[in-house]
Amino acid sequence: MEIVFWIIAAVTLGAALLMVASKNIFHSSLFMVVTFLGVAAVFVSLYADFLAAVQVLVYAGAITIFMVFGIMLTVRGSMKQTNLFSKNVLAGGFVAIALVALNTVMVLKTKWPVSNAGPPENTISHIADLLLNKYVVPFEVTAILLLIALLGAIIIAKEVSKQS
Amino acid sequence: MIGLNHYLIFSGILFGIGLFGALSKKNAIAILMGIEIMLTSVNINLVAFSRYVTPGILVGQVFAIFIIAVAAAEVAVGLALILSIYRERVSVNVEDFDWLKW
Repeated sequence: MEIVFWIIAAVTLGAALLMVASKNIFHSSLFMVVTFLGVAAVFVSLYADFLAAVQVLVYAGAITIFMVFGIMLTVRGSMKQTNLFSKNVLAGGFVAIALVALNTVMVLKTKWPVSNAGPPENTISHIADLLLNKYVVPFEVTAILLLIALLGAIIIAKEVSKQS
Repeated sequence: MIGLNHYLIFSGILFGIGLFGALSKKNAIAILMGIEIMLTSVNINLVAFSRYVTPGILVGQVFAIFIIAVAAAEVAVGLALILSIYRERVSVNVEDFDWLKW
């Protein structure tokens, strides 16, 4: 069980690093798929089977399709050298490394109230119960947010006539 | 024994990689990819807390579902904005987006 976690973590972090380091934006999007599938495997190892399925469907499916559409609509000609670092790579790397170091130190110093109970047997019925009873208002707000976001995306991406 | 700390540090490193990508890339779509990686790593945190701190109460997983929905909405609007800017500037390089400079 332990070795599985280390393999998943190594594959996920390696794919994420290659995604950031790749000079070709299309290769970046393919490495992003590997990262999302690795995160889905992490969800499975945490006994969150429903979330793993949602992760594969929404992230590895829908969001990747969105990204590839965006790449195909904006990149003209050769795909090489389409994903370069900007001039603030040193500052960005310093901020990221400092944040990771701070986070690691704080995680290791904190006493988490860890419970020893076993994993839940059946997650989907619990999630459905929570979503449709206790959290029904946020659920509906999320639905309206998705609708408004899709309408807004269509209106923003639509060709605007030059006269107006 | 893999515990809560392993998952928290793992998601912290993934968040750092996403932050690095979002801060240091030229292509606006690559920046959106970095933001997606950051949102995903936050989900790992929530699910790990739900598994190890409150097992049996799946509120963390419900929160993760809300975050996934918000991430999907965000990437749709973000790509629409990038396409709209691309139509005007014929570029997705964020260093060319200089309307607010003088």
